[in-house]
Amino acid sequence: MSGIVLRNIRKSFGPTTALHDVSLSIVNGEFLTLLGPSGCGKSTLLRILAGLEVQDAGSVAIGDRVVDGLRPKRRDVAMVFQSYALYPHMTVAENIALPLRMRRLNAWQRAPLVGRWLPGTGMARRAIDMEVGGTAEALGIAHLLDRKPGQLSGGQRQRVALGRAMVRHPAVFLMDEPLSNLDAKLRVHMRAEIKELHRRLGVTFVYVTHDQAEAMTLSDRVVVMLDGEVLQVAQPQKIYSDPDDRRVAEFVGSPKINMFDAIMRERGQVDVAGTALSVPSELTLGTELTVAIRPEAFQLAGHAGPGVLTGLVRMVEHMGSDLFVYLDVAGVEHPVIARLSAERAPEIVTGQTLHVGVRPDHVLLFDREGRRVRLRDGAAAASVTPVREWA
Amino acid sequence: MSATRLFALPAILRHSVLLLTSALILVPFAWMVSLSIKPPGEIFRASFSFFPAQFHGAENYTKAITSVPLLHYIGNGLLVCALILALQILVCAPIAYALAKLNFRGRDLLFALVLIGLLLPHQVLSLPLFILCYQLGILNTYAALVFPYIVSPFGVFLFRQFFKSIPDDVVHAARLDGLSELSIVWKIMVPMSLPAILAFSIFSVVGHWNDLFWPLIAVRDGSLMPPPIGIMAFKNAEAGNDYGPLMAASTLVVAPLLIAFLAAQKWFVEGMTTGAVK
Amino acid sequence: MNARLSLVSRSVGPVTTSRKSMLVSELRSPAQKHARGEALWAWALAGPALILLIVLFLLPVVGVFVMALTDWEFGASSLSFVGLANFREVIFDEVFRASLINTVVYVLIVVPGTVLAGLVIALLIESSDSCRAFYRAIHFLPFMATLTAMAISWEALLHPTVGLVNQTFAALGIPTANWLRDETTALPVLAVIGIWQNLGYAMVLFLAGLKSIPLDLYDAAEVDGADLWIDRLRTVTIPMLGPVLMFIVIVVALKAFETFDTIQILTQGGPGHATEMLLYTLYRESFEYLRMGYGAAVAVVFLVMVVTLTLIQARIMDKRVHYQ
Repeated sequence: MSGIVLRNIRKSFGPTTALHDVSLSIVNGEFLTLLGPSGCGKSTLLRILAGLEVQDAGSVAIGDRVVDGLRPKRRDVAMVFQSYALYPHMTVAENIALPLRMRRLNAWQRAPLVGRWLPGTGMARRAIDMEVGGTAEALGIAHLLDRKPGQLSGGQRQRVALGRAMVRHPAVFLMDEPLSNLDAKLRVHMRAEIKELHRRLGVTFVYVTHDQAEAMTLSDRVVVMLDGEVLQVAQPQKIYSDPDDRRVAEFVGSPKINMFDAIMRERGQVDVAGTALSVPSELTLGTELTVAIRPEAFQLAGHAGPGVLTGLVRMVEHMGSDLFVYLDVAGVEHPVIARLSAERAPEIVTGQTLHVGVRPDHVLLFDREGRRVRLRDGAAAASVTPVREWA
Repeated sequence: MSATRLFALPAILRHSVLLLTSALILVPFAWMVSLSIKPPGEIFRASFSFFPAQFHGAENYTKAITSVPLLHYIGNGLLVCALILALQILVCAPIAYALAKLNFRGRDLLFALVLIGLLLPHQVLSLPLFILCYQLGILNTYAALVFPYIVSPFGVFLFRQFFKSIPDDVVHAARLDGLSELSIVWKIMVPMSLPAILAFSIFSVVGHWNDLFWPLIAVRDGSLMPPPIGIMAFKNAEAGNDYGPLMAASTLVVAPLLIAFLAAQKWFVEGMTTGAVK
Repeated sequence: MNARLSLVSRSVGPVTTSRKSMLVSELRSPAQKHARGEALWAWALAGPALILLIVLFLLPVVGVFVMALTDWEFGASSLSFVGLANFREVIFDEVFRASLINTVVYVLIVVPGTVLAGLVIALLIESSDSCRAFYRAIHFLPFMATLTAMAISWEALLHPTVGLVNQTFAALGIPTANWLRDETTALPVLAVIGIWQNLGYAMVLFLAGLKSIPLDLYDAAEVDGADLWIDRLRTVTIPMLGPVLMFIVIVVALKAFETFDTIQILTQGGPGHATEMLLYTLYRESFEYLRMGYGAAVAVVFLVMVVTLTLIQARIMDKRVHYQ
């Protein structure tokens, strides 16, 4: 019942444009992540959704309701902030109770001193206390209710912030980099808890992060944003393996994807760093392309040949199960990074010559504008085969 | 984005309220300047206008600087403020460095002494200081105006706080480079603390330029008077009725600080508010 | 000093005093030498300030108490302890009691007036970006201006016949008065001048306090449902400003306690004793009437009040640090 539809949202701050014409539709109950580097407009989009910022053009609908011009209170959304934004002068219980007090008590009942004695206040307050207790119980912070935020650890504060968002059962949860103030270990732990929370509550989550690991592990779908534009909306796996845009391929994945400039030389064949790769034949001769190959798409090859890159090993990083090998390849500006299985490539040393073949199903083609060049039948990159087999 | 999300007031309401309060704040200044350029006849006229029908400013200002040695008072003020400030920095920076960066027995006790000094309102000490100046035979000299202020507990406190925020490694590096502790104070710490020095300077100069209490006690001789007491003497001599020259004199006394303030607002606000801990 | 010597003698063992001093430099460890060098430097650097702190602060404050507890007169060569006689004299003196009451009344007008005006103006200035520096500068001007000179301008403003105040009031049909010569109005008028002078100071401190409130808190309050600005004021602004507010109250109270210039220029404590305040009483009794014992007793009373306020302020500053 509470999907979200954003239509043609635009927003500028003075001379800088934060969002160019963003449209997005979010399914009810979905966990959607806005992923992008800082300054890409993801937080602005979230704040527009919350009603904290007003868009210059376009409209926002939550559920069946257009919420443009509605205050955050009326939008039935809850938000968790990067800084948690807990009220330092209130106890944990008061922090969690605040959204309920603001909604259920009228202005007179909230007034200091007199409010307590107005009819209905007492009962409403008791009900609120009950719910706060229940929420705290569910998050495992019931023993902290009388503390102030200043006395809590980072993880505990995070839970209080979650509790404050959960307590009134909003239709939509908005989270703005909620884990970035935690240390690495706690971050992984809280990530699992947020995922579990989403499963339990079953409501729509919109989550903003610059951390691709969070986006990949948490999301049903990921929205990759850059410079105020949506580049791609897809399932995490698809974002990784089947990016629509060169910038998506570059942003997602670590180590970074290898990029090669190439030109169609012969029909169905491009030259990459002195070796030939086969590509769909319908591309016209002379087309300029960018060929992108993920580091793990390489595998050790015995000797040079078609479809095999040859280079000098500049550096080797041992990552336990894998090796990252940096190769200087003639005609390629940046070192080529290959991720090889440590078992299969035990004795690579700096300075040696190495041959790596390309696993055909992982080659991605982009045109010079950065748009993806899809292959025949819309099938994935499967038809790219090393030249030696094709010849 | 507005700087506070408390409320978005209609701009016109905000501006009209603030312009009204600004106008009220400025009334005494405007009145002072207005009277300073009016002839006596117009001052005692029952209707009000800011600008006089007949400009009498030249006469009033001339009288202000000739009938009393106003320029001499201003000179006294400049001299006394400069002397106080120079000596304060000279005395306070070394002890602040010792308190901030050196380890020695008695440091806490010394700092406690500074804090006690910070706690004491200076006026309370005026009686003993008056007697001290009398014993030293410096009453009614420039020395009496300067002497009680040459160590400023606030200055020590402020410099110490600032010096503490400079990394110890800077001190260690300076020692390795062969600087003595004294030259570390003057060649490293003080130049690195210019914001604090500037804030303190403003606090000190504004305070002593405007001070009436101690000069009233310390000097009787007209030729030694700093501006506030000078202008008080002028007022008493004029029996308070010749407002034109008196207002001209007031304007001349107030102007230097206000011009400096308007030119370097940010620094002045900072200097005067760091003084809040005093 | 003693501790260091004992350290040395421990490492040296039983040595006769005369030999000990001879051996000190040879037998001290490098670390001890270093510490000694550092301590010497420290005292050398602190020395001038230390002496001046003792001469200009510590001895005078002891002196005030001595004077308050003895019958010493200026120029007298002997003194004898009179206990609390000076305080008794002060307390039973009508002038002093008037002075004390006036000071309290004055502070009770100036502090709320200044703090409230400063807060409202700070909130108004901070609610938008336009002309911010301009408004801040204007409201801060009185705090910078030489009060002696401005008091003379105020006197002209308040002049019973040609002053702008009475002219304006008469034109608007508001009753006029001889503000500074009327026992009922003199003190409130001085308080108004006090507010005029200090509100810019309070405003600037409030502005700094407002700036330090994280914007996220306002956003959170809004999402939590604080739609009305009064709710945001109550859930975020005022509580977050709380420590700053208390601090400003004390600082302004201290400034109000120390009021002297306007009394000296405008009223000399009159009419009657309507504007007699502590610092002015202290000045006049000590330096015009040369009643040193009496003056010292007033000084002690003044000191106790100011120190109490300052210590409360220090407590609040401490608390503020522990807030987050």
